[in-house]
Amino acid sequence: MSGAVVMQATGLVKRYGHVTALDGTDFELRAGEILAVIGDNGAGKSSLIKALSGALVPDEGEILLDGRPVHFRTPIDARRAGIETVYQDLAVAPAMSIAENLFLGRELRRAGALGHVFRMLDKPRMIAESRMHLQALQIGVTSMTQAVESLSGGQRQGVAVARSAAFAQHVVIMDEPTAALGVKESGMVLDLIRRVRDRGLAVVLISHNMPHVFELADRIHVARLGRRVAVLNPKHVSMSNAVAVMTGAMRSEDLSPDARA
Amino acid sequence: MQVRRTVPIVLFLLILPTLVGAQTPTIGLITKTETNPYFVMMKKGAESAAKANGVRLLSGAGRNDGDNAGQVAVIENMIAAGAKVIMITPSDAKAIVPAIKRAQAKGILVIALDSPSDPVDAADALFATDNYRAGTLIGRYARAALKGKPARIATLDLIPGHPVGAQRHNGFLKGFGLTAPDRNVNTLGKPAEVVCMADSYGDQSRGQTAMENCLQKNPDINVVYTINEPTAAGAYKALKSRRREKDVVLVSVDGGCQGVRDVASGEIAATAQQYPMKMAEMGVSAAMTFIRTGKKPRGYTDTGVALIAAKPLAGVESRDVKTGLDLCFGRK
Amino acid sequence: MKLRLPSAATLGPLVALVMACAFFGMRSDRFLTGDNLSIVLQQVMVVGVIAVGQTLIILTAGVDLSCGMVMALGGIVMTTLAVEHGVPVPMAIGCGIGATTAVGLVNGLLVTRLKLPPFIVTLGTLNIAFATTQLYSNAQTVTDVPDSMTALGGTFQVGNTSIVYGVVVMLLLYMVATYVLTQTAAGRHLYAVGNNLEAARLSGIATPRVLLGVYVVAGMCYGLAALLSVARTGVGDPNAGQAENLEAITAVVLGGTSLFGGRGALFGTLVGALIVGVFRNGLTLIGVSSVYQVLVTGVLVILAVAADQFARRGGRAT
Repeated sequence: MSGAVVMQATGLVKRYGHVTALDGTDFELRAGEILAVIGDNGAGKSSLIKALSGALVPDEGEILLDGRPVHFRTPIDARRAGIETVYQDLAVAPAMSIAENLFLGRELRRAGALGHVFRMLDKPRMIAESRMHLQALQIGVTSMTQAVESLSGGQRQGVAVARSAAFAQHVVIMDEPTAALGVKESGMVLDLIRRVRDRGLAVVLISHNMPHVFELADRIHVARLGRRVAVLNPKHVSMSNAVAVMTGAMRSEDLSPDARA
Repeated sequence: MQVRRTVPIVLFLLILPTLVGAQTPTIGLITKTETNPYFVMMKKGAESAAKANGVRLLSGAGRNDGDNAGQVAVIENMIAAGAKVIMITPSDAKAIVPAIKRAQAKGILVIALDSPSDPVDAADALFATDNYRAGTLIGRYARAALKGKPARIATLDLIPGHPVGAQRHNGFLKGFGLTAPDRNVNTLGKPAEVVCMADSYGDQSRGQTAMENCLQKNPDINVVYTINEPTAAGAYKALKSRRREKDVVLVSVDGGCQGVRDVASGEIAATAQQYPMKMAEMGVSAAMTFIRTGKKPRGYTDTGVALIAAKPLAGVESRDVKTGLDLCFGRK
Repeated sequence: MKLRLPSAATLGPLVALVMACAFFGMRSDRFLTGDNLSIVLQQVMVVGVIAVGQTLIILTAGVDLSCGMVMALGGIVMTTLAVEHGVPVPMAIGCGIGATTAVGLVNGLLVTRLKLPPFIVTLGTLNIAFATTQLYSNAQTVTDVPDSMTALGGTFQVGNTSIVYGVVVMLLLYMVATYVLTQTAAGRHLYAVGNNLEAARLSGIATPRVLLGVYVVAGMCYGLAALLSVARTGVGDPNAGQAENLEAITAVVLGGTSLFGGRGALFGTLVGALIVGVFRNGLTLIGVSSVYQVLVTGVLVILAVAADQFARRGGRAT
């Protein structure tokens, strides 16, 4: 796990009135890794993710992408910078087709006058490219024109992941991607996340599910009380110790040195 | 403390209308709508008569034809305002009756104008056109205009179940010399000569649609009866687009100024003219008698109806267009 | 690209329309003539054009209760300007369509800026448009409309059948609008906004701009409908649009467009409008009271909405 640092944040602060959601947290994501972010409710986990994906603007602190400072005002800014997010509540349009969902907001137009003057969409190309993206992640759906609502929960999540992977240049952020799924479908999505990583993208995985975190993550970022309290190596730390750090029952200094990453 | 201070104020406010009313008596006029020119003329007539008699006139209406709830609300407001007499053109003959009864229980005289309540004697008196006679007049004219040719009649009626619609329709059949229900019957007669019947809701656009469909059903229609002049205008448009406007006898009821102009231009062969301004004037004068002497008007008073035609026909008494325009909707 | 067959939601109304035509065709030999079908088309052209705007709005999970009244306003503005103020006809028509577009803009701004529910906003503009129409016209019908303003009410011959120009205008509008909805990004964004507003926003679609655009375009449709209505009746009628107001929503719903937004097609709306027109015409031809048309429409509306609900639940069940 010695890839270059893709995304870095230092001293992020976000206050809502008297409540401090982020209290000077740091963050570091390396190329080609899956970084899990864990933390109790209120630990500042989701505020951190929102700051990274442009959904909130931090009061203080700095975010660097490939070493350059970035200032996201909206999720669209983050997306333009190559950061794609898969939202927990599946941000898809259920009645629209897979291809339409994949290309929503960045549709391809035909070449020539048809595209420029008549603004005509290039549906065949969008369908072909969608098929390519889904096949690359081995998602077993063949018809790109079928409505997303006709898919199973896992397949829908697959479409959302494929969409992010297709357009992300740097980072894919996944917010609780298995929360709504059964065992078999979860397994399918976990495989999918691995494949996204194997294509060279850095993945941030937010999850409550410790077995999933330990199965997938290369490193684990532990958030507590608005700060980063530890970065753990799942190969050298037990699940119970990780939870102990997360809840404040144990300090990361108390762990063996190779448990830290 | 608060309550004690409020009570006299409230009492004063309650008494105030009566005090004011003692000086200038108040009467009310409730029309079906405030937008139909017919009722606009009726209101004008009431306003000038009220002014001449030194009474205050309140007016109100439902939102559209058939809006009973709107009329009931206006009645309640007029009762609250201390009206001594309420004149009303009921939108819904039956549904308005309980509200009329409530007004009468407060000692208010209720006069129906233009359209009867059902039962008729729910209101103290009725000043209205004899709609059956209006129908009879145009029926007679249409028959004479047909000059003995076999009749193929289309009727563009009002809405199902409306007594005015039934009276005009059945009166028309009677005047045409066909078997027709009596004036008290509320269903539409349909002898064999009537080849198409459709509801126009008294609306020009729907009248046009209805006429087009009737012409599809029976292209050889040669007489068209319409419930009112907007409907006739719609029917004329449909006839014209089929190039049938010259050989079809189109008759109507109302005698509104636009309608009489359509008679002058030949679009409508004849119309039965009624006099809403006169209705209102007669209503106000009955109201004054009641306020001054306590004597209530009773029963039905015919406010008159006359046939307006551009071409007079032998054996049918009619007035010319100029007279019609002078009198359209009671204008003088 | 594969041609997509009409979805079940659109197929149902189409079947109903075909069955109604077959029924009336058997009962009256005049029904299935070119002449009569042309008449049905011209009777639905006004409501059909209003329903295009209404469909766009319902696709975004909104509804426009003001459509018919806004059309009446447009008709009164264009006829009054031309007849009473001597404004040249093209400019008067432009002002009429401008007035309806302005109401659409107001609806859109209230929905997008103040985040008010469309149902309430358009209930307000329904009343405002009605009152403005009555006040501006003194509740009087405007007659003696110049011929050039009613030109779209004229006809041309195809064989023995005369067809009204306005019908061609309506069909062209349906074709153009269908192209925009199905073949351009703007159209797909409109569906996405109705389907899942949040997803559309997160996908980088400027959702307020899409919504505002929809209300403005709908206003323009009502203006065009006003012109067709003036052409058809030959007058500016302050009481126009009262039947069309709900009939347009009925046509959209009959055509299988979901009131929950994001599902449906313009083609269905045209079918829905034709169903209403065919029943009105057909029942007259076979001599049955038009009240039955109202009855049938009511039953079909409930069937259409039930089918919509059923389809949604079926889709979610997996």
